[in-house]
Amino acid sequence: MRSVLPILAVLAAIVALWYAATVWLNSQWTYDQAARAGVEVSFGEVVVDTLNQDRPVLPAPHQVAEGLWDGLAGQKVTSKRSLVYHGWVTLSATLVGFAIGTGLGILLAVGIVHNRAMDMSVMPWAIASQTIPILAIAPMVIVVFASVGLTGLIPKAIISAYLSFFPVVVGMAKGLRSPDAMQLDLLKTYNAGGWDTLWKLRLPASMPYLFASLKVSVAASLVGAIVGELPAGATSGLGARLLSGSYYGQTIQIWAALFAAAILAAGLVMIIGGIERGTLRRMGMAR
Amino acid sequence: MSWLWGAILFWLGAWALNARLAGSRFAGRRVVRFFVPALFGVTLLVLWEGIVRGLGVPGVILPPPSAIWETITGAVPVLWGDFVQTIVKGALSGYVIGCGAAFLTAVAIDRSPFLQRGLLPVGNFVAALPIVGIAPILVMWFGFDWQSKAAVVVVMVFFPVLVNTVAGLAATERMQRDLMATYSASYWQTLFKLRLPAAMPFVFNGLKIATTLALIGAIVAEFFGSPIRGMGFRISTEVGRLALDMVWAEIAVAALAGSAFYGLVAAAEKAVTFWHPSQRGRK
Repeated sequence: MRSVLPILAVLAAIVALWYAATVWLNSQWTYDQAARAGVEVSFGEVVVDTLNQDRPVLPAPHQVAEGLWDGLAGQKVTSKRSLVYHGWVTLSATLVGFAIGTGLGILLAVGIVHNRAMDMSVMPWAIASQTIPILAIAPMVIVVFASVGLTGLIPKAIISAYLSFFPVVVGMAKGLRSPDAMQLDLLKTYNAGGWDTLWKLRLPASMPYLFASLKVSVAASLVGAIVGELPAGATSGLGARLLSGSYYGQTIQIWAALFAAAILAAGLVMIIGGIERGTLRRMGMAR
Repeated sequence: MSWLWGAILFWLGAWALNARLAGSRFAGRRVVRFFVPALFGVTLLVLWEGIVRGLGVPGVILPPPSAIWETITGAVPVLWGDFVQTIVKGALSGYVIGCGAAFLTAVAIDRSPFLQRGLLPVGNFVAALPIVGIAPILVMWFGFDWQSKAAVVVVMVFFPVLVNTVAGLAATERMQRDLMATYSASYWQTLFKLRLPAAMPFVFNGLKIATTLALIGAIVAEFFGSPIRGMGFRISTEVGRLALDMVWAEIAVAALAGSAFYGLVAAAEKAVTFWHPSQRGRK
């Protein structure tokens, strides 16, 4: 708990900097308006005006909070202006993709650990693929699937699955290999087969590694779903909200969508962290 | 149909060869360790080509690798222009500024435990956020050219590098710092002679994560507006024209650039942290 005060201090400093930047960046517009109207403005009036513009260069924190609150609670959940609606569209694609990617990743990792040929062929590519900006394929996946008649949730989920796949493969392969020779030898003396070794030793031992990579991959699949909504044609989802905001200069809308995405990401990571703590405690691995 | 069967036969043959090689006593040799994944990669390409040609998949859905290769060799000037615009101007300049700023910030807050305790959780939190969403805002502020892309990259790489550097600066042991104290070393001497070198493995870990983020940031930022060159611009416009061979060519260039960038940083890491156990063990 002794880190609460420093965190609050840092957050307060960020908010203060933000307000200062708001005044600085938006003052140009205020001065221009005043010059056009032919009136002098005092510094106090400038500050008040910069914090309350309709289309500011940088919205003030309270404007973003207002926009966020309006989007989350001020609209009907089914309304096109509700951030809950857009967030749900993005979240559903994220979760479907995350489930597919994680499932396939664990299966591939099991294959890699049990088959030496697969390990030698696939593993270098799985590691190399992490250095590639795979997010660049997102628009192509969307358009190609649209051209065969698939739109909506599935193409976004595929991008999410692809992004969450490789961290899980690499982390799980490491985790399934984490039992040391002594433990493997013990199972051998029990005359355990490969299947028993997998279920009773390798899978339990891999849990800390699995959760570490799940946290990375859930954040990656949310980014994948958001970027998957960027290509023209998407009308719902946080990514579409970002894009339409940037087209029409609605800065408050962009920032509100951005914060909604941030809250979603933080929530997902925290849920996984909670499951991790619970699981590891039940397994007696909590540190 | 013969294309399809040929590809499947090639796959089975290559798999049998790989399985034999992996099980043989040469499996530890360097040549084999390189050859097996290379053969697997070639097999994937052959399978791709065979399936696309054998089943007559139209080029607007999935072009065969040979068509992509033809596009790459035929459009070198375009690809080179996009590469310079996106990777060299956008990603590299942003990477240098962002990593440099993060490193200096980490050294600056290093003297204050209060700031560290406050900034680390916040930095860790921000590192998990979908920062790429900030792209439309920065494109609005800095215009369509490469400056806005560099700004996105700066924001994206800043926090991973900051968090890793701060963790690295804390990585020395009490005993080592006490030794420096008995030498009557000043704060700066301890920093340069002991703590920065000891922090390098962590710093490079952050730098390696940042390479991929830099490319993603530069490419995705171009989806929000860019001049008429750049990899993200090319990908989004050629997708609109259904010229998928060009899109795949850009993706191949991006993959190559990403791996080369990562390889460069990894090589620098090897040169700087040659003393670290993880580097010494490798031959």
